[in-house]
Amino acid sequence: MTEVEYHPKHELIREERFPHVWCPGCGLGIELQCYLNALEKSGIPQNNHVLVSGIGCTARIPGYANLDTYHTTHGRGLPFATGMKIANPDLKVTVISGDGDLFNIGGNHFIHAARRNMDLLVICSNNFNYGMTGGQHGSTTPLTSKSASTPYGNIEPTFNLPYIASALGASYVARWTVMHPRQLTKSIRTAMDVKGFAFIEVLSPCPPNFGKFNGFKDGFEEMEFYRKSSVVQNDAKLEDISIDPFHGKDIVLGDFVNRKRASYITLEHELIDRIRGGGQ
Amino acid sequence: MIKEPKISENQREIWREPVNFGRFAVPKGEIHIFPERCKECNYCTNYCPNQVLERSPEVNVYGYHPVRVREDKKDSCVACGMCQSICPDFAIFVKEVKIQ
Amino acid sequence: MNFLPPGKYFADGNFALTEGAIHAGCRFFAGYPITPSSEVLERMSIRLPEIGGHFIEMEDEIASMAAILGASNGGSKSMTATSGPGFSLMQENIGLGVITETPTVVLDEMRGGPSTGIPTRVGQGDVMQTRWGSHGDLAPITYAPNSVQESFDLEIEAFNAAETYRQPVIVASDQVVGHLTEILEVKNMEDYHIVQRETRKTRNGNEGVYDYSRDFTPMFAAGTGFRGNVDSLTHDERGYPSNESSVEKEMLEHLLNKVRKNEDKIVKYEEFLVEDSKLVVVAYGITSRSVKRAVKEARKEGLKVGMFRPITLWPFPEKRIRQLAEQSKEFIVPEINYGQYSHSVREYSQTETKEMHFPPGAVPDYRVILKEIERCLK
Repeated sequence: MTEVEYHPKHELIREERFPHVWCPGCGLGIELQCYLNALEKSGIPQNNHVLVSGIGCTARIPGYANLDTYHTTHGRGLPFATGMKIANPDLKVTVISGDGDLFNIGGNHFIHAARRNMDLLVICSNNFNYGMTGGQHGSTTPLTSKSASTPYGNIEPTFNLPYIASALGASYVARWTVMHPRQLTKSIRTAMDVKGFAFIEVLSPCPPNFGKFNGFKDGFEEMEFYRKSSVVQNDAKLEDISIDPFHGKDIVLGDFVNRKRASYITLEHELIDRIRGGGQ
Repeated sequence: MIKEPKISENQREIWREPVNFGRFAVPKGEIHIFPERCKECNYCTNYCPNQVLERSPEVNVYGYHPVRVREDKKDSCVACGMCQSICPDFAIFVKEVKIQ
Repeated sequence: MNFLPPGKYFADGNFALTEGAIHAGCRFFAGYPITPSSEVLERMSIRLPEIGGHFIEMEDEIASMAAILGASNGGSKSMTATSGPGFSLMQENIGLGVITETPTVVLDEMRGGPSTGIPTRVGQGDVMQTRWGSHGDLAPITYAPNSVQESFDLEIEAFNAAETYRQPVIVASDQVVGHLTEILEVKNMEDYHIVQRETRKTRNGNEGVYDYSRDFTPMFAAGTGFRGNVDSLTHDERGYPSNESSVEKEMLEHLLNKVRKNEDKIVKYEEFLVEDSKLVVVAYGITSRSVKRAVKEARKEGLKVGMFRPITLWPFPEKRIRQLAEQSKEFIVPEINYGQYSHSVREYSQTETKEMHFPPGAVPDYRVILKEIERCLK
């Protein structure tokens, strides 16, 4: 039964690079698979898909996808993707990066890309800490939880990512965990057709860092924790869905926002047509 | 490890069966594993609804015990695809077998 | 209007830099307003949509630099314009451009520093930042125009160099050259040599993203089906990251050698009365115009002095400086900073090199330089 064959995603991954760099129990591989599943179903040719990332564990995802992939500097995936999308609007540009990359060092870029309603799909993998550097706390670390740099417990409130994205005017906002691969795939698939800024937060376990510091024995326990403490509520009031699981609060998941709002590329092309005298 | 409550045999008996139940066959799956990619995260072994998978006593070149199909459960895979979609390492996939 | 029609214009440096870029094929500009280069950004916002190009004002200089690299990888010739503080913010992504071999042009209009300094007045304190600003080893190419005409011409040259050597190229102008209004003569479009970008679209078998055995490999543009990995990590020819020192050696030597081996083709300089000079004044940018006057005045007094003006600050015009060092016993390097380029002149010439420090905020007075020349030669 274990004869050597190609994985069904053979055409979509760089198989010669496997096994990948991520730790046992890391959810990023699942995230990559969900993205590739959605890509297959999107109907957009594989050649038109581009993956861009910043720096971090999540930012290594593009390196394993058999697409045109760009691994840039820490926090700068979004502006890089912005430039690329404007220069070639035919591309379906997806930015896939971690919470630290997109919201700490790259927070300003996120604010502005969402405000512009830039035609990008942003998948933010949230593992509640800086994984690659050894599990230090960041802006998404839940209150009172421990990390390599909050040994006495975190005293800083966290970002509520879907609320931020929605307040900035993103066209599409969702939150899932890697324990919900089918819902996540469907969400990414929907977001690929969205005109404007689409944002999906994906909660993912980080067993050797966040998990270890907060009493999870292994990745499976952390996955079970996500499964047990999450509820799906698509019409949730976004201001109430900040993540605070260690004080008995449910993690609210769902496709929260899907609205029509003029995207940057549409408006820019209208402007160019107007200036050039009716679309030459 | 957190255990799910199991359904008792008694409960199973009182379930009503649809009248056309006999016209449908339970799908059958064939599991393919890349042992060198497995990192022993145990997601597939835990989330397989039919407990078809287990850890092998052998080790791969990276020192992990890769997953394998249980001898006694060789025919129990129903091709639900859960193991494949939950595997972070692209180390396992399922092919549905056509039932004659 | 697609291109500035041939003819004579009474224009300022920032106008020339903008139009030069458009002549060179720049179709994407991302920037952040900063004195004294804001006019470039403003003019680009008018001009680029007119010709079907793209203009975007980003949230900061870090984003601007990232965006132009993204656009370049997307298939557009791109540029940004900034000044000292913004240039500091761009350094990290300049390194990204170098390691990913992405052509683009960065215009740095130098003003007084450090920090915010004197935003509205001239400085030349970024000279070493254009050389060593980004971390790691790099072989930068930097042009320093000293007139409006040169702003136009060198901008085209900078784009050509960026495309040829596949790396960010810096144009280090300064506040005075940027705001100076004088005659600009634009030739017919066909009289300019413009390097068009060659891209690879499909991949043959095991063909890599890079080829370290050759100095120049065409890049691939996103979305054409090449399916390559472009990485900020040290990478092998396939574009895949590696931790190996041997891969770092191969990659780094390729990145440095493609410029170092071609220094003779890149290096540009202007000489003024150096044939018989016993003293050479090395000056670049706006300072060179004061120096030229000082040299003229000194020659009237019969002093054997000449001026050497590096047009490419980097690569350093090493060969010529060494030759000049043989005939003249001394160099003077006046700069609008407290000694930067003078260090390199001293290092490469191995000759007595006198620094002349001018504080940012004003163009050096030729009489001060003249006095120094007199002191050295009398």
